[in-house]
Amino acid sequence: MEIVLALGIGVLTGSGVWLILRPRTFQVIIGLSLISYAVNLFVYAMGRLRVDAPALVGKGAPDPAHYADPLPQALVLTAIVISFAMTALLLVVLLASRGLTGTDHVDGEEPE
Amino acid sequence: MTGWADHLIVLPILLPLVGAALMLLFDERRHMLKVMTSLATVAGLVLVSFLLLRGAAATGFGGEPATRAYLVGNWPAPYGIVFVIDWLSALMLMLTNTLGFATLLYSVARWDRAGPRFHALFLLQLMGLNGAFLTGDIFNLFVFFEILLAASYGLLLQGSGRVRVKAGLHYVSINTAASLLFLIGAGLIYGTTGTLNMADLATSIATIRGSDLSLVQSGMAILGIAFLIKAGMWPLGFWLPKTYAAAVPPVAALFAVLSKVGIYALLRVYLLLFGGGEGWTANFGEEWLLFGGMATIAFGTIGVLASRTLSGVAGNSILISSGTLLAAIGAGQGAVLGGVLFYLVSSTLGISAFYLLIELVERQDARPAAVPMREPVFDDEYPGVLDEDEEDQVGIVIPATIAILGGGFAFCALLLSGLPPLSGFIAKFAIIHGLIGLEQEIAPSIWWLTGLIIASGLATLIATTRAGINLIWTPSDRPQPVLRLTEAAPIGLLLAICLGLMIFAGPAMRYMERTGLSLDNRHGYIQSVLATPRATGGPTP
Repeated sequence: MEIVLALGIGVLTGSGVWLILRPRTFQVIIGLSLISYAVNLFVYAMGRLRVDAPALVGKGAPDPAHYADPLPQALVLTAIVISFAMTALLLVVLLASRGLTGTDHVDGEEPE
Repeated sequence: MTGWADHLIVLPILLPLVGAALMLLFDERRHMLKVMTSLATVAGLVLVSFLLLRGAAATGFGGEPATRAYLVGNWPAPYGIVFVIDWLSALMLMLTNTLGFATLLYSVARWDRAGPRFHALFLLQLMGLNGAFLTGDIFNLFVFFEILLAASYGLLLQGSGRVRVKAGLHYVSINTAASLLFLIGAGLIYGTTGTLNMADLATSIATIRGSDLSLVQSGMAILGIAFLIKAGMWPLGFWLPKTYAAAVPPVAALFAVLSKVGIYALLRVYLLLFGGGEGWTANFGEEWLLFGGMATIAFGTIGVLASRTLSGVAGNSILISSGTLLAAIGAGQGAVLGGVLFYLVSSTLGISAFYLLIELVERQDARPAAVPMREPVFDDEYPGVLDEDEEDQVGIVIPATIAILGGGFAFCALLLSGLPPLSGFIAKFAIIHGLIGLEQEIAPSIWWLTGLIIASGLATLIATTRAGINLIWTPSDRPQPVLRLTEAAPIGLLLAICLGLMIFAGPAMRYMERTGLSLDNRHGYIQSVLATPRATGGPTP
């Protein structure tokens, strides 16, 4: 299972980095989104991959061995919320740039 | 536990948050109300930081450890988040809030109407900065970094226009990528050590073995890169001069302290974790800081000489100051920290005053491309920018404009280049003195660094003198523009603080050196944080 997750994170990061370096604003935004997916999976995986282990504890004295580490999951929730807000802002800036410059090139003008 | 005074440490974060929230309830047309609210909030922030600074200095010089931790939510460290006030945090808080007050005062004259929600964004920016300086937890540092970045995106885009939006696009993309790097680093650190609390990390990081060792080293390195992007180290700082030049002047002046957040984070995390001197943690990555810093100084020097605009000179001066700080931290191993902190304060104040001055000086050079009349963007009756002729004169008008501007410009030029007798010279002298006085044989890199520090001062002097001659000395028969008190007073305030740093250099330097000593004393910090007792009294669950 670990190899699947590792490959997934790697492919997402690689594609994201390639897209970030492209000259069109939409490609940059998709690239940042892909990298943020990869990073979120990565931070989640820092809690060690386990099957059938909930993160929330019910009543009674819990045996920690049966539960997954909840802290990375909380970190990932925070990170997801922050990145989606930034993506929304970046989309607005993309639209403003498209409107003001008339082109979707990252530098605001086509290369000569 | 004395009650109210203990909760003073949370006020730098709560005050601007509440202020911004209150302001959003009011309609945009009630401009004077918003101005009063934000001025009152920031004045309160300055007062709180002064009290915290005085408290830290009083206990520290009195012999007890000045580090105090505050358990948020009464959760014990290292499980809960801690806010830590010590010498360094108190200093950075005072610097940030004073700068915030001065730039806010400047913006009241005309620039706060360049875009909607300026004051709320400004307060949130200060909240993010204050939180980043107070926190003792790496992920909480990430959250406050994001708060200050989000507010800075909003502040940068105030006023819109082609150049600004393009700069904003680049700025947002680069900083989002840097935040993702921060997350990767924090994730690696948590995965290998099991904790994110800085004090707890300091106790356990030296004992990492085996395959975890390379993972935690990679994590720290990636975290360092995220900080260095903020600081503007050489291959990572190309975005800085153009972005800061595109911002509205009071915003650019506040951004001068944003680059110092990266330096602060480096100082805090790296000195705490890697100052130990045992095993692999001894001075981890210091050659990178040294050579990267030197490259940054060189790049900034060339940039300062090559800039055709004054805002380019100011932006490259930020790079020079970041590079000097980074290289000194990398080379100095603690002996230079007093000079480093003095230089940090002096250069930040000087560069902010310079950004504010540039706008005033260039305003009389040509009829400015005035902030144009624009259609309101939002439905809540945001009035848009007022045309310059119609707005009522805010404040008092000062005569002898050119003399005052020229004097201020000359002061800033001396300050930035580090010429005697001003505080810039004292700071550079302290750094070089610390570097050369380190040991018997001085490494060639130290000589190179000293030469670069002096050369960068020369380049700044050349560039500012050239610009000053063009803009101020050349007689012009244009009518003198209006200089309002509310625009001149903040610049006067910042320069007066620098003057005070020069006159009271003794006590100031003593504080900085004592801060350097306390940063070396890792055990004091760790002890204060991990041993803070939980608050008792009141219902326990």
